[in-house]
Amino acid sequence: MIKDVTLGQYFVGNSLLHRADPRAKLLFAVLYIVVLFFAKSAASFAFALAFTVAMIIISGVPFKSVIRAVKPLAFIILFTAVLNVFWTTGEKLLFEWKFIHIYEEGVIFALYMAVRIILLVVGMSVALTYTTTPIALTDGIEELLNPLKKLKVPVHDFAMMMTIAMRFIPTLIEETDKIMDAQKARGADFESGGLVKKAKALIPILIPLFVSSFKRADDLAIAMECRCYRGGEGRTKLKQLRYGKCDVVLLMLAAVFVSGIILCNIYLPYFSI
Amino acid sequence: MAEPFIIAENLSYTYTDDEGDSTEALKNVSFTVNSGEYVAVLGHNGSGKSTLAKLLNVILTPSGGSLTVGGHKIHADMSEDDVFEVRRDVGMVFQNPDNQLVATIVEEDVAFGPENLGIPRDEIRMRVDDALKTVGMYEHRGAQPHRLSGGQKQRVAIAGVIAMMPKCIVFDESTAMLDPRGRAEVMANIRKLNDDFGITVLHITHYMDEAVMADRIIVVNDGEIYRDGTPKEVFCDVEGLRRVGLDVPQGRELLYELSECGIEFDDNPIDIENCAKLILEKFGAQK
Repeated sequence: MIKDVTLGQYFVGNSLLHRADPRAKLLFAVLYIVVLFFAKSAASFAFALAFTVAMIIISGVPFKSVIRAVKPLAFIILFTAVLNVFWTTGEKLLFEWKFIHIYEEGVIFALYMAVRIILLVVGMSVALTYTTTPIALTDGIEELLNPLKKLKVPVHDFAMMMTIAMRFIPTLIEETDKIMDAQKARGADFESGGLVKKAKALIPILIPLFVSSFKRADDLAIAMECRCYRGGEGRTKLKQLRYGKCDVVLLMLAAVFVSGIILCNIYLPYFSI
Repeated sequence: MAEPFIIAENLSYTYTDDEGDSTEALKNVSFTVNSGEYVAVLGHNGSGKSTLAKLLNVILTPSGGSLTVGGHKIHADMSEDDVFEVRRDVGMVFQNPDNQLVATIVEEDVAFGPENLGIPRDEIRMRVDDALKTVGMYEHRGAQPHRLSGGQKQRVAIAGVIAMMPKCIVFDESTAMLDPRGRAEVMANIRKLNDDFGITVLHITHYMDEAVMADRIIVVNDGEIYRDGTPKEVFCDVEGLRRVGLDVPQGRELLYELSECGIEFDDNPIDIENCAKLILEKFGAQK
């Protein structure tokens, strides 16, 4: 049944990355991305790759799932790489044919770019989506953006909307299932025909789904008001995020990563760009 | 103890639609509900019983007459803080269990109300655990609501209201979408809240068997109070109830049909067991 889908790509586990505070993980992820863009030499990329593989092993997420996260991006990665190969100019000409000039720098740059994108995706999914529940992620984002509340940014409201959206995804999937069955019983055909026909066949599903979603939203709003909801002000929370030992370890890992990349850039500058 | 919690005097409410047509949902209704009472409100669809529930919680405000809930007078110009106070006292459990759960985890949903009240974290923890134990859902505290059955979801919704420690809970057809087992679970919980915690219960329903469990029944028909009395008194009037589109509990109905055939009974029980006993006695004696 579609009902059994898990929200997001969360992978149940109890690793260091699972136990770490979502705020710490978010900060870690940001740092990881920034530092990845500072990597310049072959050694730095090798180090980043090793570090990311180590992260996957620590998280306990199977490599298969990680590869699945990268797959949809294969085209983008290839496209960027090819573009870089043809458009980067340098000193060492490797290949020349009519208007095509391929330089060594171009090949290296393209390679680095590809590795960088792959590591970005893998690192983000391992540090965040695979090891953090969507609700924890929302809480983490809300806490981190808290200072913006002073600037009248409705941080709490956005977090609430996210939570509700996540809460209703399975409910709406179930409802879609029911509506599809009901329409099939009336003779609707969702399988045959070309793209246009298939898209048209979705209308009798989408309209009832829309109508009932509005009804649900209305009901929920009343139910929330009845439970004394009046925005984020004066609200307390059952679960307070707290930094723990795991976060210290994560911080140390981040320090290792930053210094590793910087040291490799400076002392092992082979094939630098 | 018998202090009035809800006082309605000549209460009326009129819906006006976009074209300016108005419908009177409640017409000059007067009644009181005492603290600690368990009152069932019966009525067929469109009788105005849900409108009544919405007035008690300031989702709607009266168009005429007066309504006082827990000492707060309900009117259109209430300040936000006053509305907050009323809702703190009067919890509400709705019909659709799916549309009233907010969070993705059971215990976080139960905590939603207390969180809104600004209660300290340790106390929320205690209240959430107690509330979940009361409704028998403690072992499901870490579950995701969409994986629960309808009855279980509704129990979580009740826990969410209990955790706010209201003085009164309004059940607005809370059993209507449940299977018989889910209904039984929820009914047992409602009874418990009234018996053990002394919470005033207003149970809006169209199931006669549920209304039997109340201390008092108010029958609403076309926006007016048709009957107001103990279940026994109300269900004696089989013909009258049928006239306003309601049934009577099955046992009571059987006795009524038998008496129509000329078999007289000395008592008018309403619950199935006593009806069965009475019929058995009657026919046992004739043999």
